This record gives sequence, C-alpha cells and structure tokens, in this order.
Amino acid sequence: MFWLQLNRVVGYWPVLLKGLGMTVALSVLALLIGSVIGFALGILRAGPNRTLSRAVGLYVDFFRGTPFLLQVFIVFFILPQVGIELSAFTAGVVALSNVAGCFIGEIVAAGIQSVPAGQKEAAAASGFTRAQQMRLIVLPQAVRVVTPSLVGQFVLLIKDSSVVSAIGLLDLTRSGWMIVQNVPNGLLVFGIVGLGYFVICYPLIWLSRRMERRGQAPVL
Amino acid sequence: MLGSLNTRVMLEYLPAIWQGFLSTLMLSAAGFAGALALGIVACALSIQPLRWLRLSATAYVDAIRATPLLAQLYFLYFGLPRLGVVLPEALIGVVALSLNSGAYVAEIIRSGILAISRGQVEAAISSGMTYLQRMRLIILPQALRPTISPLIGQAIVLVKDSSLLSLISVVELTRAGQMIAIDRFMPVEGLVATALAYLLLYYLLKLVAGAWSHQNRLPGPA
Repeated sequence: MFWLQLNRVVGYWPVLLKGLGMTVALSVLALLIGSVIGFALGILRAGPNRTLSRAVGLYVDFFRGTPFLLQVFIVFFILPQVGIELSAFTAGVVALSNVAGCFIGEIVAAGIQSVPAGQKEAAAASGFTRAQQMRLIVLPQAVRVVTPSLVGQFVLLIKDSSVVSAIGLLDLTRSGWMIVQNVPNGLLVFGIVGLGYFVICYPLIWLSRRMERRGQAPVL
Repeated sequence: MLGSLNTRVMLEYLPAIWQGFLSTLMLSAAGFAGALALGIVACALSIQPLRWLRLSATAYVDAIRATPLLAQLYFLYFGLPRLGVVLPEALIGVVALSLNSGAYVAEIIRSGILAISRGQVEAAISSGMTYLQRMRLIILPQALRPTISPLIGQAIVLVKDSSLLSLISVVELTRAGQMIAIDRFMPVEGLVATALAYLLLYYLLKLVAGAWSHQNRLPGPA
C-alpha cells in the first residue's frame, strides 16, 4: 500500500518540480526586490530626518504587525478595487517583496546604527559628502554586521512564500495540496513537500549559523 | 480608498470580529503554552550528555526551522486521519503552532544558557554553593533574563502565524474578516478591520516587551 502510494506520488513529479520552481522563483525575486526596498527603508529609518524616520517606522510596523496571509489578501483583493489588477503571481511577488523589505529595513537600520559615530565624523572631517559617507564608510561596515541576519531572513522569506498558495499560486505547498486530493496520504505527500523545503532552507540555516558563530561575515 | 470605507458594515460585523479576536487570542495562548513546554523539553534534551537524545532534539529543531508552518499544518491536517487520529481542526492548529514555535523557543532558551560564562559557575563552586544553589541563584536568573524579550518576539510571530489556521477552516480573526468580505462582498472593510485587530495585539505585546526590557536593563555593556 505504502509503496503503491509512493509510486503514485512520485508519478506526480512534474507537478512537484513545477511547484519547487515557483517557490524558488518567488523567493529569489522577492529577495532581490525586497533587498532594494529594505536598504532604502533602512537608510531612511536610521537617517537624520525624524519625521521621515517615524513615517517609515509606522509603515514597517504595519507589515510586521499583521499576518502575511492578510497582506496577501489585501494585495490580491483590495488593490483591484482601486484599479490595480494584479495576476496571482504579481500579487505574490509584490506582497512578499514588501514584507521582506520591511524586515530587511529594520535589520539594515540596526546595522547602520551599530557603526560607531566616530566613523562618520572622521569621514565628514575628511571631506566626504553625506552620500559618500553612507556609501563608502557606513554601509560597507553595516553590511558585514547584518549579513548573518540577512541570510536568516532569506530562509524566512522562502518559508513565507508558501502562504501565497492561498491565492491559488502553484508553489511547492500548493502542489502538495493538489496531490493529496488524489493520493490521500498527507504524511507521505507533505513529508516529500517538507523535504523539498528542507533541501533549500537547511544549507542557508547552516550558513547563517556558521557566520554567527564566527561573529562576522566571511569574506565571500 | 479609505474615504469610501463603509464603517456601518464594519460596526455591524464588530461582534464577529470580536469573536474572531478572542478565538485568535485563545488559540495563540494555548499554542504558546504548548511551545514553552516543548521548547523547555527540547532544550533540556539538547544539552544533556546522551548523544542520541541530543541528536533527536537537534533533528526536531532543524526539521521545523527548515520547513514552512503551512506545510507542517497540512502534514498534520491531511496526515493525522491517516494514522486513525481524528481531531477537531482547532486542536490540530494548536498542535501545529506548538510544534512550530517550540523549536524556536528551544533555540532561544538554549542560547540563554550557553551564554553564561564558565567563570560564573566556577566562582559559585569556589564560594561553596551546592548544585541547587548555583542553579537557583546564579545560572537560571542569568540564563532566563535575556530570553524574555526574544520569547515575547516569538509570541508576536505566533499570533500572526495563527492566521494560517483559517486555511484549515478554523474560525479565528482572519477567517472572521474573510466572512465579511464574502458575505457582503466588501473585502476592504473585512480586511481592514482584521488588520486593525492584529495591530492592536502586536502593539500590546510590543509594549509589554518594551516595559520589560526598560525595567530590567542589565548593568554594564549590553
């Protein structure tokens, strides 16, 4: 019985593979876009303009304080009401990039604040402009501090991407959900789905742990 | 968009939102209690000398950390009946939340205990303290204090994660919001009301965390 079912699940490998591809595509896209958003938000958050910093804080709090599932629904069901029609894939990428940006923004802001003020003062005294100070002095040091957290954040992102299956996107979790309708063995089907996630996430978790243990990012 | 928000409908559905809010609160509290218990056990197993018990604790933590909660939830939801275990959806949800958060709680407590320097224990021994005195007066107070803030952080994550239970048809806050959206075809009202309720919980927990860390600021370099 078990072997028969295993055989049937394995027979669905194109669906599983497609789901895995979707999960990876979503996560990588959201990581790239989310990093850009995150660095922008982080720099504003740690910046000297208090009003701007507060506004960014409020925005970030909204997305850190509500469940991701709700955010996916908001993007997918509310944006069309104001005339922005998105496909399920675009809605997934938008919601995932946005939430990734919010979390990365807080990490980056903390990293920037961890750079001693003397570094900036020295740069200013050497005649660097504000943009140069940020780009050449502060950010390179901040990035070294935050890299382990960023890797950890990427793991969270991959896992969060499973939630977009709720709007019908065929990712790895959704492909498991579809297969389990035909092969009624949840332990087997979602065991295989879990294995798929494990293979992607575990190396990243390992990397992030190793970096944390060393206390700094390795020279990549 | 917000100008056209139908507040009358939101007020009309306030009792449903309130019910969902209470339900989310209870599911999260039950899930967190289970997570604390599981986390303490897993942490204890991961620092004791028996190798295979240590390995099984590590395997549990890694398996949970490397897979999404939704897959874990479906694993139990579609898998338990297969083993002849038929549980109500809400209970399956609480078990999934506990199993999931338990792994993170184990890591938090473990890092608190491992952070104590060897010198503290040696100093306590040379002051003539017994094992129980050392545990009670030196090790646990230092180990547990820094874990409170991360634990509250984990509670925040758990409250948000509990929204996934709506996908196995447990009626909680997210589900309540969806019902308004479907009943009245007013997604904005339902989702906005739900989001506000979650934000209320988020800020409450953040307030507790802030008050705690303010009151218990450790002396010396942080």
